[in-house]
Amino acid sequence: MPSDDSRVCGPVYALADCNNFYASCERAFDPSLCGRPVVVLSNNDGCIVARSSEAKALGIPMGVPYHEWEPFIRRNRVCVRSSNYPLYGDMSHRVMRVLAQNVPMIEVYSVDEAFLNLSSFPSKGLTDRMRTLSNMVFRWTGIPISIGIGPTKTLAKVSNRLAKRSPDLGGVMNWLEESVPEELLGTLNVKDVWGIGSRLGRSLGSMGIHTALDLMRSDPQRMRRHFSVCVMRTVMELGGTACYPLGDSPVPRQTVVCSRTFGADVSEYAVLREAICAYTSVAAEKLRKEHLLARMVQVFLMTNPFHNDQPQYANNAVRMLPLPISHTPALIQAATDGLKEIYQGGYRYKRVGVMLAEIVPDHLVQTDLFAEENPKSKRLMQVVDGINGEWGRNTMVFAAAGIERPWKMQQRSLSRRFTTRWDELPIARV
Amino acid sequence: MVVTERWSCSENVPDLSCLLAAVPVEAGFPSPADDYVERPLDLNELMVKRPEATFFVRVKGDSMEGADLRSGDILVVDRSLEARDGQVVVAVLDGEFTVKQLHYRNGRVTLLPANRKFSPIPVTPEQDFQVWGVVTYVIHAV
Repeated sequence: MPSDDSRVCGPVYALADCNNFYASCERAFDPSLCGRPVVVLSNNDGCIVARSSEAKALGIPMGVPYHEWEPFIRRNRVCVRSSNYPLYGDMSHRVMRVLAQNVPMIEVYSVDEAFLNLSSFPSKGLTDRMRTLSNMVFRWTGIPISIGIGPTKTLAKVSNRLAKRSPDLGGVMNWLEESVPEELLGTLNVKDVWGIGSRLGRSLGSMGIHTALDLMRSDPQRMRRHFSVCVMRTVMELGGTACYPLGDSPVPRQTVVCSRTFGADVSEYAVLREAICAYTSVAAEKLRKEHLLARMVQVFLMTNPFHNDQPQYANNAVRMLPLPISHTPALIQAATDGLKEIYQGGYRYKRVGVMLAEIVPDHLVQTDLFAEENPKSKRLMQVVDGINGEWGRNTMVFAAAGIERPWKMQQRSLSRRFTTRWDELPIARV
Repeated sequence: MVVTERWSCSENVPDLSCLLAAVPVEAGFPSPADDYVERPLDLNELMVKRPEATFFVRVKGDSMEGADLRSGDILVVDRSLEARDGQVVVAVLDGEFTVKQLHYRNGRVTLLPANRKFSPIPVTPEQDFQVWGVVTYVIHAV
């Protein structure tokens, strides 16, 4: 716990968050999209997963099925893009590098967010310094960002939200400035506080805690008894006592999911099995990258619910492993075993996927002599991940994952991979 | 001021794949030249000063032929540079990319082509204009 002394010149954190990241990436290479509403669709063009501020203002919600909104989108001349993950990944990397070059320490929190540790910077002029950084990121990469500054990561997140809400702040809000009253927390719904979410938010609501201010003024010990030590820490963080250093957060990863909607409905077991193997490989790679192990493997599949005229079927199967692992072949074995159990011939499947759960950090697990996770297989996994990292995903695949992939996804409005393919560069008519 | 440095494969460029000072080593005796082994030349080092801000853009059209920018060439564009008068820039004019020489005098911007068949484009305050990045190199296949 920081002492009173450290509170005087205690830690200073910031959250840098890209504004409408996917839509901004599309705009960076297609200036005709600027000022117009833009939506980005999920894998296979299923749902709306990102909106520009203009699209938000039109009232298009997040996560809704695209086909339900298609008429509205046409009527309002909203630009539609399929998600272009190679482009977003490269742009994210650029933004993170600019940030990392200008502050002593950063924690990349997600594809479009990073926490910065600003403790070593003089507090005087910090807001302007971050404004300069935000302008620099925009000029260098074309991606607009907002920066929220605070004495804790939770308050940095709050400030970031407030910065986005008030355009006159110029994209930067500093909680440490004297002019910022703590009553501002009263304007923030408790479910929007970092680590709370809608489920905890409802429970807190039933106790009369509706806003971030209510939560800040609640009794930390009572929160600990009622909920968890995480909620208690959130209360303290809202009050200005830092509990989470860089690299730590109240919301550890609970699951790794990889699933896709097929471009064309699939009936054959062999094709589904290949898809499941490929998704399991991707999920396992993600696990290893974050130094995690999973014990539970869930496989799920479903037919197309919008085709009422066709027979409908959806099911899932769970396999529990004797020990948490991240070894791809063993996870694939569990996943295909689950698929065998739930597969029914004669249906046209639209979506299959794999979820890895019961996740623990790999250093918490004792090695079992009889487990499949032996040093040799760990080394093999490192080699495979290394090759795929360097040469692109799918350079090295497990044979069960197939090579042809007839079930690959549908992407009708895909922009080019402007920054990662020579034959897809942006074109300037001269 | 000349901003673009034209680079082409045939002009005095050494074989890039060779190690500058790599020498075969005789068994048992380490060669003193080993101390001088260097990395192969990397064009990124030469042409990409700030990777985060550098993008490649392909040229289509002939309005910049006089500045050695030909259709099909790849431009190295650095977005971190402040555009100055006389530089060749990738600009956005009314929602479209273009490449021209920036002429900036008395608060007025004109985009200059490098081909007599085209006329200069005066940018009016009503137009949506923005410099997207400064062209630093042209990659041109011979």
